[in-house]
Amino acid sequence: MTDLRDFYQEIILDHYRKPRNFSPLESATCQARGHNPLCGDRVEVYLHIDTGVVREISFQGAGCAISTASASLMTEAVKGMTLVEACALFDSFHDMMTGTGEASDPIDLGKLEALSGVRQIPIRVKCATLAWHTLKAALEESNNNTAASISTE
Amino acid sequence: MSIEAETPIHRRPSVFDVTCVRLDFPALQQIIHKEPLAYLDNAASAQKPTTVIDALSAAYTFNYSNVHRGVHTLSQRATDAYEGAREIAQRFLGASRAEEVVFVRGTTEGINLVAQSFVRPRIEAGDEILISELEHHSNIVPWQMVCQQTGARLRVVPITDRGEVDLDVYADSLSQRTAIVAVSHVSNSLGTINPVRKMVELAKQHGIPTLIDGAQAAPHLSLDVGNLGCDFYTVSGHKLFGPTGIGVLYGRLDRLEEMEPYQGGGEMIRSVTFESTEYNSPPHKFEAGTPHIAGAIGLAAAMAYVEGLGLDAIEAYEKKLLKYVTRRLEELPEVRLIGTADEKAAVVSFLVDGVHAHDVGTILDQKGIAVRVGHHCAQPVMDRFGVPATARASFAFYNTIQEADRLVDGIEYVLEVFGR
Repeated sequence: MTDLRDFYQEIILDHYRKPRNFSPLESATCQARGHNPLCGDRVEVYLHIDTGVVREISFQGAGCAISTASASLMTEAVKGMTLVEACALFDSFHDMMTGTGEASDPIDLGKLEALSGVRQIPIRVKCATLAWHTLKAALEESNNNTAASISTE
Repeated sequence: MSIEAETPIHRRPSVFDVTCVRLDFPALQQIIHKEPLAYLDNAASAQKPTTVIDALSAAYTFNYSNVHRGVHTLSQRATDAYEGAREIAQRFLGASRAEEVVFVRGTTEGINLVAQSFVRPRIEAGDEILISELEHHSNIVPWQMVCQQTGARLRVVPITDRGEVDLDVYADSLSQRTAIVAVSHVSNSLGTINPVRKMVELAKQHGIPTLIDGAQAAPHLSLDVGNLGCDFYTVSGHKLFGPTGIGVLYGRLDRLEEMEPYQGGGEMIRSVTFESTEYNSPPHKFEAGTPHIAGAIGLAAAMAYVEGLGLDAIEAYEKKLLKYVTRRLEELPEVRLIGTADEKAAVVSFLVDGVHAHDVGTILDQKGIAVRVGHHCAQPVMDRFGVPATARASFAFYNTIQEADRLVDGIEYVLEVFGR
């Protein structure tokens, strides 16, 4: 890596210090819990889904700058999306982090691009994707109506 | 050729010269992210001196064959080297006989061996296994397994806010029901040196056997299991500047003799028929299968190297390092030390205000400084202090005051990146 500033961009530090949508959601229709045993990060993602649209989304947890900022930016991006769009965003974000090129229909990641530098430090990719895997588990819970829990290990 | 000649003790001048010592470790000569490597992750695993690397190479190049079975020259050489390694380990640990030294994969296997072969057959439902709150997972989980298998209970002696075992509670916890006391000599996450001699003495007053997890002690402290009086003591080679996959379990001979075998197979038998098998005597009874021959030889080379430097000199030097780095870190208002026991090995676990340990680790790495971040395989310790993770700088005798300064500079850079 050439410069740590590429990694810890201002937008990441801003979302770490002041995470958006950082609270439980009383009206949640589904939720999931994520855990990264490597660093002890925990995140809980709450969704209020109505007629196939994510009306509200929030998260809670304790984590590093990367995982917290990723979760915060995720909630901003996903709010108002249809379930199909949210799943497509997950695929595109996952693709950016892992470089697998599996997203069939990549979409513009906007502010989330700030996290692209994380790919240069493979051990930290799990930090950035923890909230996203938790989101996916919550979305699956909304389909199955069962409580979900994921681990990055 | 005698083993002593192959793994000589390198006598050095009485003054500890870290510049000279560092030259023995090729890994320390590297540049990481354009900075000289400052390797401060020794509690996870230590770097290897050339003498260990050469011993491994020689074991495979010239003296390799299986042990205890061949009549040919190479097998004899390999056997001599392997059993010679046992004698060096015996001397290093202060055991009275080589038969008391069992080669295992590491501390984890040493503890599992004692749990399954010594404790499990002797323990009954309602009995207790006594450990402390600062144990590594490897000195928790094997006992939980025995508890599940037998209905015994795991009892945990708490630690104080400074990270010291509460000795009063410990003394009160010893009873007729205590099947074994299993505690670490030095805490991997906090650096606390436990008063194991006192703890063993108290246990002995009740006739309770003791196992000491010496994984973190062996690289820092002079060991003498005879003087300590414990029944079992176990160490890992890789933390002691030796190879991975090899370690030693010391067991008092009468204990080893009364124990069940750990695994069945070759090496551990005297005679086998389909009707019955007669087991070999200790230590071979516990070394089923072809052992890690080169690993044992490499470990012996590491032990001889450490002895050559002198553990008294190492202790004195590391004490200076610990004192210095502790003082420097205490000068930073944003840093909180976790684990402030009076007696500590050169390990500093810390939190940086407003910055997660994982971010601290990544930024320090970019400065060429290797530290461990996370729960250090001691999640109950993290829970005790109410933190998900810490950053940990663990020093070895090859680390320097300059590296301690770089750690402090690195933390200041972390604060700069996070705009504090």
